[in-house]
Amino acid sequence: MSLSRREFLKSSAAASAAAAMGMSIPADLEAKASEAEHGWRWDKAACRFCGTGCGIMMATKDGKIVAVKGDPAAPVNRGLNCIKGYFNAKIMYGADRLTKPLLRVNNHGEFDKKGHFAPVSWERAFDEMEFNIRKALKHGGPEAVGVFASGQYTIMEGYAAQKMMKAGFRSNAIDPNARHCMASAVVGFYQTFGIDEPSGCYDDIELTDTVVSWGSNMAEMHPILWSRVTDRKLSNPDKVKVISIQTYTHRTSDLADTEIIFTPNTDLAMWNYIAREIVMRDAKEKIIDWDFIKKHIVFAAGPVNIGYGMRRKGEKSLKPEYDSGAAGKYSAKEMEIVNKEMTTIVSDTEAPALKPYGYKAGDTMKHTGGTLGHWEISFAEYKKSLEPYTLDYVAKICKGNPDESLESFKAKLQELANLYIEKERKVVSFWTMGMNQHTRGTWDNTLAYNVHFMLNKQARPGSGAFSLTGQPSACGTAREVGTFTHRLPADLMVKVPAHRKIAEKKWMIPEGTLNGVGKQHIMAIHRGIEDGLIKFAWVNVCNPYQDSASASHWIKAAREMDNFIVTSDGYPGISAKVSDLILPTAMIYEKWGAYGNAERRTQHWRQQVLPVGDSMSDTWQWVELSKRFTVDDLWGEYAPSGPRKKALPDVRKAAYALGYTGSTTMYDILFANKIAKSYKLDQEDPIQKGYDNSECYGDSRNVVGSDGKVFKGYGFFIHKYLFEEYAAFGRGHGHDLAPFDMYHKVRGLKWPVVNGKETPWRFNVNFDPYAAKAAKGTDDEFAFYGKIAKALKQGNLTHVTNKKKKPLPNKAKIFARPYMDPPEKPDAEYDTWLATGRVLEHWHSGTMTMRVPELYRAVPEALCYMHPEDAKKKGLKQGKLAWVESRRGRVKARVETRGRNRPPRGLVFVPWFDERVFINKVCLDATCPMSKQTDYKKCAVKIYSA
Amino acid sequence: MKQFWSNNRFLILRRFTQFSILFLYFGANAWGWWILRGNLSSSVVINFAQVSDPYAVLQMLAAGATISLDLFIGAATITVFYFLVGGRAFCSWVCPINMVTETANYLRRKFEFNRMQGPKMPISRNIRYWVLGLSLVVSFVMGMAAFEFVSPISMIHRGIVFGLGFGWASAVIIFLFDLFVLKDGWCGHICPLGGFYALLGRFSVIRVFHEEGNCTLCMKCKVVCPEHQVLHMIGKESMSVNDGACTNCARCIDVCDDDALGFSLRELAEKNRR
Amino acid sequence: MSKGKKEPISDRRKFIFNMARGVGIATLGGFIWSAYINDAKAQKLLLRPPGAIKEEDFLKTCIKCGLCVEACPYDTLMLAKPGVHKPLGTPYFTPRDTPCHMCTDIPCVPVCPSGALDLQSVLSENKLDINKADMGIAVIDKESCVAFWGIQCDACYRACPLLGEAITIEYQKNERTGKHAFLKPVVHSDPCTGCGMCEHACITEKASIQIFPREVVQGKAGNHYIKGWDKKDDKRVKDAKAIHTQTEISKESALDSLNDSGDLYQ
Repeated sequence: MSLSRREFLKSSAAASAAAAMGMSIPADLEAKASEAEHGWRWDKAACRFCGTGCGIMMATKDGKIVAVKGDPAAPVNRGLNCIKGYFNAKIMYGADRLTKPLLRVNNHGEFDKKGHFAPVSWERAFDEMEFNIRKALKHGGPEAVGVFASGQYTIMEGYAAQKMMKAGFRSNAIDPNARHCMASAVVGFYQTFGIDEPSGCYDDIELTDTVVSWGSNMAEMHPILWSRVTDRKLSNPDKVKVISIQTYTHRTSDLADTEIIFTPNTDLAMWNYIAREIVMRDAKEKIIDWDFIKKHIVFAAGPVNIGYGMRRKGEKSLKPEYDSGAAGKYSAKEMEIVNKEMTTIVSDTEAPALKPYGYKAGDTMKHTGGTLGHWEISFAEYKKSLEPYTLDYVAKICKGNPDESLESFKAKLQELANLYIEKERKVVSFWTMGMNQHTRGTWDNTLAYNVHFMLNKQARPGSGAFSLTGQPSACGTAREVGTFTHRLPADLMVKVPAHRKIAEKKWMIPEGTLNGVGKQHIMAIHRGIEDGLIKFAWVNVCNPYQDSASASHWIKAAREMDNFIVTSDGYPGISAKVSDLILPTAMIYEKWGAYGNAERRTQHWRQQVLPVGDSMSDTWQWVELSKRFTVDDLWGEYAPSGPRKKALPDVRKAAYALGYTGSTTMYDILFANKIAKSYKLDQEDPIQKGYDNSECYGDSRNVVGSDGKVFKGYGFFIHKYLFEEYAAFGRGHGHDLAPFDMYHKVRGLKWPVVNGKETPWRFNVNFDPYAAKAAKGTDDEFAFYGKIAKALKQGNLTHVTNKKKKPLPNKAKIFARPYMDPPEKPDAEYDTWLATGRVLEHWHSGTMTMRVPELYRAVPEALCYMHPEDAKKKGLKQGKLAWVESRRGRVKARVETRGRNRPPRGLVFVPWFDERVFINKVCLDATCPMSKQTDYKKCAVKIYSA
Repeated sequence: MKQFWSNNRFLILRRFTQFSILFLYFGANAWGWWILRGNLSSSVVINFAQVSDPYAVLQMLAAGATISLDLFIGAATITVFYFLVGGRAFCSWVCPINMVTETANYLRRKFEFNRMQGPKMPISRNIRYWVLGLSLVVSFVMGMAAFEFVSPISMIHRGIVFGLGFGWASAVIIFLFDLFVLKDGWCGHICPLGGFYALLGRFSVIRVFHEEGNCTLCMKCKVVCPEHQVLHMIGKESMSVNDGACTNCARCIDVCDDDALGFSLRELAEKNRR
Repeated sequence: MSKGKKEPISDRRKFIFNMARGVGIATLGGFIWSAYINDAKAQKLLLRPPGAIKEEDFLKTCIKCGLCVEACPYDTLMLAKPGVHKPLGTPYFTPRDTPCHMCTDIPCVPVCPSGALDLQSVLSENKLDINKADMGIAVIDKESCVAFWGIQCDACYRACPLLGEAITIEYQKNERTGKHAFLKPVVHSDPCTGCGMCEHACITEKASIQIFPREVVQGKAGNHYIKGWDKKDDKRVKDAKAIHTQTEISKESALDSLNDSGDLYQ
């Protein structure tokens, strides 16, 4: 039955008039009205939250999202969701949603760092940004302009930000919160495979016989994947084994056949123990697939004295040094740990593991800053590195539960090794933050591949080491787009001149424009602000002032030093509070976008509704900013600054030669060039038809834009342009993405997408066209065709013996990497390990989920989970407040000795979603020195009654 | 000023104790004070002594409850206490409803309602004993403390400490009843708790004493007395006010300008007379 | 007695009349009073503090002093005030607003002067043991519980202080998707204390897991049948009593029944 417009108006007017007067209306008229009111629209989108990448459908009605459902057609979740996904419809409409730009001002309306926030126009906001960026550039060159980027950017936003930063401002000081989440996995992929991202896909779960979860509470953090693991276990309960390897008992252990509780950081030793079992038992049991190893693997080693990614002596904020032991802005207590960045004494625990590297207990190890360098070694050398990891040694240092017997722990280790080794048994190793947020995270990641490679259980359906990501687009945006300080799109690196040239050509900017020094990772940005190098910082789609360890330092630097901090956000989180300017930002379904999940699946969605208030998307904010800067403003010479020891050349002349003038804006070059304008807006296009596009058309809100006039749109399809230009980087290079329109017709595709077909398992010639091409003419089953670090010097465990680089095409690497202690371990005063993490109910810093009433009620505050015996010993009571104090700061949290997380004696877990239990003030900002990813999983604290 | 004080000192003292007790209870719940915790039904004094409402315990007994030793001792303590200080001293020195009914009474006098209302309503002051008896019967039949369940006194003191809800309405009803329907209606006629303490008060030690020699028969005392029948001896005989219905409110002492009324111990008074 | 002339009414008669009037009014008042109390007592869905004795005895014994309410550190306990339609002045809690946090030191029970909260009932081996509390039982509405739809929730399970005992997860294949599993919460009534942490945490609009007093929810199987496969069940035999049965067909004595041929021979 179709209702004409007239009829509709008539019947709905009658219905609403009747309802208003409280009278009943004839039933048939009522039915007609309700049918007409069924004016909702379902459209597909991706879930806002974790890296699983569930597909959802959104219902919009009268310009608002009113409901959500799991997308039954989505292969990841088949219509299901976890409870965060269940509340996607409610995340954008919190009572305190930011709707206007807010600037700190004094009584005269002038900007004042000590002032209160007051609403300002977009024009004023951009005036202030422009002014402060110019000031920063003058003060310290491009290195003085920083951006806290995100693994929750849409692909287009990340690409726009990266382009303006690297091509426009020539600054590489852009690094995402994904640094905190999977940088170790990335470096692990680069070192092992020469190309980023997992070889397998989620289908491994249905195909495997063994799921080993290493340092990952998948049950809470990846619930939909965990329900697939559960289903797999139910399908064949006797055959399928689930092993949970953790530092404390949590929900993931519920399903596990075996739970291994280990001492923080000693997972390195456990991986090496498994590798040792494989190597030492091989002669008798023929375990290693030597054919595979000979064809596809080289062995490698690197230096071990690489520090812990903390501040190094000589940095500005560590000066002057005081007799008390304090240094610069760091207290004597803090320096006790920071000093380990320079030297450590080899402990009894790590001495056996370091023996093959020439160290013994009590030796002083002098650390140099982290390096990615490594060299090829022989199998014999690799075998030598494994010798210390006997069952006795490993069990002794690894056993994490003081109440478990050594025998029981040993039996579990043996069982674990045997499961990996068992012929014909398929094994998937999943991990998340436990292995990534680790002062030796990169090592830990490569050690996982070692075991899988030696057993030839990698890149096969149902087998492989599989790094899961935390964020919805850590893969899709942060990694693939390359919004890291050292990266360009599609695995290109800023430090490689040839790679810069590719980008410069694609971006139609002069050769030499791009800055070749990409060292300002996210902690370096925080530290750069504290050192006074960075004067302007912009927070995009993240909450760095809540999510960074040693938080007090960064907050102090932002609030008390001469700098200008801008935060773009939907809600007033800690970062917004710490800022000088806040920009109201369109949230996920208020803009066209795309995310890429942990199995390389790219998923797009359309703008579902208009943004709330005067919010505009991050893409729009970056593009508007680009209008403020010209060739002459940005492309002159810059003297050395910060990590860059050489001048950046003046490229203005080259720019003129490209047809630009001194006053051509970055907008014209980077975002509204001829190619961009060829992406037409077209209401006949079935992809665009009937959908809002606030950036391209403007919208009915008539937001007054950055020039003081009503924003009427760019007039071309900027999202499609940005996506297609970005996708062109990877096409033909193993990163192939499908055309923009295709993604609007399917439920996501796993790249590389070649000839319209997605790739489930990479490097495997049966599934990956790139592997097939690389292995052409051979009968090889695999080709590890990644291009990075694919020529190595030769050496032994301790040093290089032959500097001539040997190429290793299509090969992957097995690394010798020892167990080492973390820089801070519990001692007499700070006697307890602290681990942080998430809970299922809340996403990251809680800016969205703490505003959903149901989720807030379910988990209203962060608790300090601890063992009841510890609580008793420390005189703490269940439910009572306690101080959790480290050398860096303290927070109050309620003691919880029951329930979902049950640490062994000597360890506590405090989640970080709750800004009122600001645990990152307590955490240590030590990182993996290679990946620069912070280790949130271990530091030493004392706990006492509050 | 001095005159004001001497004419109102007991009133002020009574208000002070009434408010202080409520405030201490309130503070215990709101701020964790430990001087007086609980409410008038049962409380803990300075973390040590348990005191309980003997009438409530009596009802519980009638309801068939097992009375704990704590409650028994607490109720006994209160019984002994009021036995000493005058049973209905509770009514005038502690009970929060007293403030409501005295206000009503004051307004009645101020606006001369008593005169307008014409002939006295034929309502006996003994109703309270009937209600008292009935409360025990109902408690027994229903298996729960019957008066505690409807008591406006409890609603108010409990309400002030733990949240009033609609409890304020009970105070309003009593106020309006006392103001427009029956002089001293609630406290003087109906309240079984008052009745209970009146029975107790027959034997209590501290009593008001009338010195007939000083009396000028101004009758101010009878006007202000909420139980004026207890002052039958005014101007007739020097004796103590021995009727249990006397609440020891001392309003009569306050208003007496002739030093004809004062507190005394019953024994002492009896001796003096002899 | 002669007509037309009124004799003075004797004091005795007056007294009797007054007594009768008093009794009459008292009876009337008593009935109204009792009816009111009966009505308010009928409120069966109340949740009492830990250690509360049986509701019937509780109503008798509680003196309504509020000391338990003052002792509660989470403001869980409330004293029923006029207007909330609960037995006036008695302590109760509403888990959806504030559940019982199951303090290990149980501050609310020892302060009770009347024995309405029974300390013995929350002691095991002379030590306080909040796990022995029995405030009610959680009941799940499987229609509205999203875990039964396949949503990965189990918020109730994670909130449960006796996780793994009072609430466990039942795994079941989701045949519709073919690759996911249901993780369904299951309440075990013995360990469940009725603290209501689950009801509070439940993420549906109205909680799909709710606490009710045990006697309201629980059935009783009868002690004449003991589970042959469960040794522990043997303990019920001690409550088994001599059996006497009567049904509609057996209500007459055997003799009467035999002699009553009814229409058998017609």
